Amino acid sequence: MTEYFQDYITVGAFIGLGAVLVLAMLGVASLLRPSNPTKAKYLTYECGVDPVGDGWAQSHVRYYIFGLLFVIFDVEAVFIFPWAIKLEELGMFGLVEMVVFIAILTVGLVYAIRKGVLKWE
Amino acid sequence: MMPIWLALAKVLLAFVVGLGVVVLLVWFERKIVSDLQNRIGPNRAGPFGILQTVADGLKLFFKEQITPSRVERFVFELAPFLAVVPALMLFLVVPIARPIEITLDGAPYLLSFAALDINVGLLFALAMSSIAVYAIVLAGWSSGSKYPLIGGVRGSAQAISYEAAMGLSMVAVVMWVTTLPGVTDMGAMSVNEIVLRQQGTFFPDLLALSWIPQWNLIPQFPAFVIFMIAIFAETNRAPFDLVEAEQEIVAGFNTEYSGMRFAMFFLAEYLNMFTMSALAVSLFLGGWGGPFLDTIDGWAATALSFGYFLFKTGLVLFLFVWVRATLPRFRYDQLMQLGWKRLIPTALLWLILTTLVVSFREFGAPWA
Repeated sequence: MTEYFQDYITVGAFIGLGAVLVLAMLGVASLLRPSNPTKAKYLTYECGVDPVGDGWAQSHVRYYIFGLLFVIFDVEAVFIFPWAIKLEELGMFGLVEMVVFIAILTVGLVYAIRKGVLKWE
Repeated sequence: MMPIWLALAKVLLAFVVGLGVVVLLVWFERKIVSDLQNRIGPNRAGPFGILQTVADGLKLFFKEQITPSRVERFVFELAPFLAVVPALMLFLVVPIARPIEITLDGAPYLLSFAALDINVGLLFALAMSSIAVYAIVLAGWSSGSKYPLIGGVRGSAQAISYEAAMGLSMVAVVMWVTTLPGVTDMGAMSVNEIVLRQQGTFFPDLLALSWIPQWNLIPQFPAFVIFMIAIFAETNRAPFDLVEAEQEIVAGFNTEYSGMRFAMFFLAEYLNMFTMSALAVSLFLGGWGGPFLDTIDGWAATALSFGYFLFKTGLVLFLFVWVRATLPRFRYDQLMQLGWKRLIPTALLWLILTTLVVSFREFGAPWA
């Protein structure tokens, strides 16, 4: 077994340990806590009055636009990280390429701002 | 090659340190906030009320746990796991003390105090911090209720907006550290490596200035500011706590949670605060480094470096609490404006500036 895989076994062990911790705490609580159900307790909370409608509210479409923009910038970060590590090897060529890449994305962000999609009113 | 028992011991250590700090942190926050507000704060359970968190935790064990009839059961029960586990994972890559040379099976072995010393440590941390948003959005959605849903949607939009800026500020740090003079071309994505490269001073030859530590805080100050603002937003702390804005949406995404399940979200919030602060300390404040570490050796130095690490993390956590007690909450449009129109462009600009400085250092002036 190589060091590499051993590292990820550590990750696995930690996920397991974390999940066991949560399970144990919930399990112990389920042994200790009272259970005294009434119908009113199982109603959805809406500040004390009877809930109106079917639960889910509508949310605005502009949240979706932020999701789209985020994908662009997160993918950008994915590209930039390996380049930052290999900056010396890639040299001037890589540098110019990356500045062009970032500039294009910046133009995109400026376009989005000028279009007013980031306006929130 | 590390034996299994050693790997397990490291995992356990990280676990114990993480949870222990959280128990203290809740008390620390309540005490500081009460001081800042001219109140006494918790003072009954144990000396200075230090056991208050334990008492509150025990109380939650005995509280009835209600699952409202409208929830999506599976996702509703899954969300607390998704909140706690990634928060713990984030702590794996942070080195909490100075590595120590030990003898293992008769051979010398350098024992590092990051439970997980991988070469993509920073990416791992970034990935774990983005998984945290799933807990919020799934908890909000699965509750089948209006306030949690609004809180969940707000939370996801906020987290993704600030994650972009956080990632970009980290890139600048990685680039700066990777190309430090005198360093071989080993990638500096491992948090351990970044901390190691911040040891020493900027001007070892100038006696008057030789005390200035070689922390990334100084050359990368704008990145530090961006990173700090972003982690406030990522952990949903004041002034960015719109996810659980009490006056508007009750308790936000965890409105329908009660008993121990609620406690899990609470635990995750404080764990995130701690791990993010620890990451900030490792990236910008020299991690476990501090004065007099070179004058002593062996386990004493390790213990001292652990002390430095806790002290610095404590300072960052104090900042969290201080800001919470000082600043009012942002409005949602202000939050988005700050994220997209200020932080991301600033981060991009700083990244380009850093690139230029680093290339100047690496390749020389273009006119030469």
